[in-house]
Amino acid sequence: MSEPTVEDAIALGLTADEYALVCEKLGRAPVQVELAMFSLMWSEHCSYKHSKKLLGTLPTEGEAVFMGPGENAGAVRVSGDLVCAFKVESHNHPSAVEPFQGAATGVGGILRDIFALGARPVAVLDALRFGEPTSERSRYLLDRAVAGIGHYGNSIGVPTIGGDVYFEGPYETNCLVNAMALGLAREEEMIKSAAVGLGNRLVLFGASTGRDGIGGASVLASAEFGEDDADKRPSVQVGDPFEEKKLLECSLELLARGLLVSLQDCGAAGLTSAASEMASKGEVGLEIDLDVVPLREQGMEPFEIMVSESQERMLCVCEPSRVGEVVAVCQKWEVHGTAIGTVIEERVMRILQHGSVAGEMPVEALVDDCPMYPIFPEKPAAPLYPAPEGTLSVEADLHATLIALLASPNLASRLPLFQQYDWIVQSRTVRRPGDADAAVLALPDGSALAASIDCNGRRVACDPYVGAVEAALECAANLACVGAKPLGTTNNLNFGNPERPEVAWQLTEAVRGLGDACRALEAPIVGGNVSLYNQGVDGPIYPTPVVGMVGALPSAEAAGRMGFAHEGDAIALVGWNKTPSLEGSELAKLRGEPLPDGLPGYDLDHEVRVLDVVREAVRSGAVTSAHDIAEGGLLVAIAECCLAGEIGADMDAISADLGFVLHFGERRGGFVLSGPRDVLAALDVPLDLFGTVGGDVLRVGDPGGPEVSWTLTELRGAHAALAPLFP
Amino acid sequence: MNFGVVQFPGTCDERDAVLACERVEGASAQLLWHGETSLDGIDAVVIPGGFSYGDYLRVGAIARFSPMMESVARFASDGGVVLGICNGFQVLCEAGLLPGALLPNVGLRFVCRQVGVEVVNAETSFTRACEPGQVLSIPVKHTTGRYYAPGVELERMEAHGQIVLRYAHDGNPNGSSNDIAGVSNEAGNVMGLMPHPEHAVDPLTGSVDGLTLFTSMAVARV
Repeated sequence: MSEPTVEDAIALGLTADEYALVCEKLGRAPVQVELAMFSLMWSEHCSYKHSKKLLGTLPTEGEAVFMGPGENAGAVRVSGDLVCAFKVESHNHPSAVEPFQGAATGVGGILRDIFALGARPVAVLDALRFGEPTSERSRYLLDRAVAGIGHYGNSIGVPTIGGDVYFEGPYETNCLVNAMALGLAREEEMIKSAAVGLGNRLVLFGASTGRDGIGGASVLASAEFGEDDADKRPSVQVGDPFEEKKLLECSLELLARGLLVSLQDCGAAGLTSAASEMASKGEVGLEIDLDVVPLREQGMEPFEIMVSESQERMLCVCEPSRVGEVVAVCQKWEVHGTAIGTVIEERVMRILQHGSVAGEMPVEALVDDCPMYPIFPEKPAAPLYPAPEGTLSVEADLHATLIALLASPNLASRLPLFQQYDWIVQSRTVRRPGDADAAVLALPDGSALAASIDCNGRRVACDPYVGAVEAALECAANLACVGAKPLGTTNNLNFGNPERPEVAWQLTEAVRGLGDACRALEAPIVGGNVSLYNQGVDGPIYPTPVVGMVGALPSAEAAGRMGFAHEGDAIALVGWNKTPSLEGSELAKLRGEPLPDGLPGYDLDHEVRVLDVVREAVRSGAVTSAHDIAEGGLLVAIAECCLAGEIGADMDAISADLGFVLHFGERRGGFVLSGPRDVLAALDVPLDLFGTVGGDVLRVGDPGGPEVSWTLTELRGAHAALAPLFP
Repeated sequence: MNFGVVQFPGTCDERDAVLACERVEGASAQLLWHGETSLDGIDAVVIPGGFSYGDYLRVGAIARFSPMMESVARFASDGGVVLGICNGFQVLCEAGLLPGALLPNVGLRFVCRQVGVEVVNAETSFTRACEPGQVLSIPVKHTTGRYYAPGVELERMEAHGQIVLRYAHDGNPNGSSNDIAGVSNEAGNVMGLMPHPEHAVDPLTGSVDGLTLFTSMAVARV
């Protein structure tokens, strides 16, 4: 076997300087397995070498925080000793290549992060971004990604309770698939990943290890193997939800029996990342014997075993006397369970094969010594993104415009997608998709947990700071509409190449916005993920800092709904302290208008006050319905309330004649509430009473002026525009 | 009344089924591990939904060979009451305890939806707490739920009152023959259905209509 060279290192993604630094840390040139492990641990994915400094500015502490960033997922206290672990993670590039398996393994990966903490996964939400559905490729990606999410989540018995989908041109060649999972555990059931206790054993359990997902290390493979040696080529990761279901139950039983010292999932970078991070956190070393790792095929090289991304595997540490019991539980669940290593004092990762040392690296060099790189943000002088392709004339009247908006891909009903997901398994789902702005899960003590995920990348592209603030406000608004107060936040920063000054600027501004908003909302960020280099020949994706937020409400019975319900209820517009704007709105997109340079900002103190009032009005049962005004503006929000409640509304205090700014202009922080007139009028926030619930028509028009109306059937027909995509 | 709820590797709805059984007044429920055989102290068996053994060969095809299913088959032939829900229905058909088979949905997609289910026969051990013609609101969630039996078999089943439940209001979600949602064996002590009654037992999560099936099973025993 020839020694790898600096060229091999560069092919694996390291720079020449980084390779030199590896040599310096080792005191010699790395052998194959070492170079493969360094190249992964020093990748952006594992080291956050371009983003760590920025991430350090985010708020991570708060009253409810049980576990902040650094573990497999973050966790917040919910009620009593009940803890919710949650995290969002991306699987963008695999999904762009093979959407079914890419999305499926994305769900599998995030679920493992949750049960690695000892929490039983109770829900999944997804944030999906594709090119316009007019593109055949986008339709294919959407169809297969949705099928993949359903295949994995449905089969493993974890409900998919929510999510969002946006269609925008800049995602055409680089779609985004972000999956968020929530898990529940009692405080004392939670476990960490630090390997501790000298002499303790490292046990690998779950699926066997194959050549799948070897990724960048394939360069080493092809350097060594003959060109036509196809059976040794790396393959795409394939998810097996049945294997994961067994792994999940096995892990929770191992924990319930008190057999484990620590637990960690094998995700990106496989054994390399899982084992070295366990060693790093425990301030110990690990000796791993590759001869006993259950393999899918013979003759795998050490680097292949160490970097394999075979799915559905976990690593745990247990006391030597417990190995037999651990293996017995694995056998009960019909998964492999093998002691492959030992916790050692010397702080090295020592890889053994055939009785000799195949590689040995200081843990610190591998995990902590990756060089950090500054980024050089610079606001672009010219617009980065072309104007969206127009599909609606500016001449379109009020009637046609509302219909066009409701039928537009970003606003049409998501039911055709959601009904491919099991949202009811585990018997907790109190608010299913379409019932309310946030998903709600009932808890044993009668209280409830709510979750929301959101980010409008086009708004972030208009103004990275304000757009990121809006993503956080939107999640908090969704929670308020069911009566929930934020406990914590997770985020997935999907951006282009951070080495480009304009992307660095988007990233910096968005992180600043996210930090400011989450501080104001008292929703600290307890975990998340960064996905950079989402960039094709046409330029970067829209900057997309996906925000996932988890909140609590005192009573599941009182969880809010979005649909109008009672004939005669008054309808109020609540919260806006500034008029909305058509710039950067969904209507502007349909009209093909260019993205504005900047969006109007927010007074976060005001926004928090409004959220408090809306939340309290919902919790107390004072209002019948609550829905936040988002894409498409006020009239779209009202139409959505009509559709959800299957009842009409008479908006007799809104002129049908006033341009479209009030009707379709956008600004976060506004809500449509329905309920008794006196209750609404008494709310201590900016408020307009402008209509009444009833009938089977949505009518707009003040006395003496023109009026426009839509039947519920018309609105429903427009809203169902995505159904043909899923015949 | 003590319900036994069978758990295979890959079963998903076993905890939900246990919770549903426990909502029946005076009833208890326990899990039955697929690798074991004892049904001591079990008054009625529920085979819940999920993807037993991953359903990789054919839905329900592997689970029927488990030791617990051999015991369940004996329990059924001795007149014991057995309810199969979704994957449990598929397993019972594979095991030959129920006639017919479940095929992929006409739409070839997973479908999760609240449906109306009409009680066609209210005199079975599973429906005697229902009114004849009553429409129950219960969710379905499956990819392989299209009930099929040959025409002659269907006629015979119709004549014997073995069609217990039908999708109502033109709401057949999967293309099942004769809108069939649930069938029983000829003796009437084994039933399978694709809708999930265990997910319709709590007003908080949408409906309580499914509880009547579990209540009926308890009444049947008395």
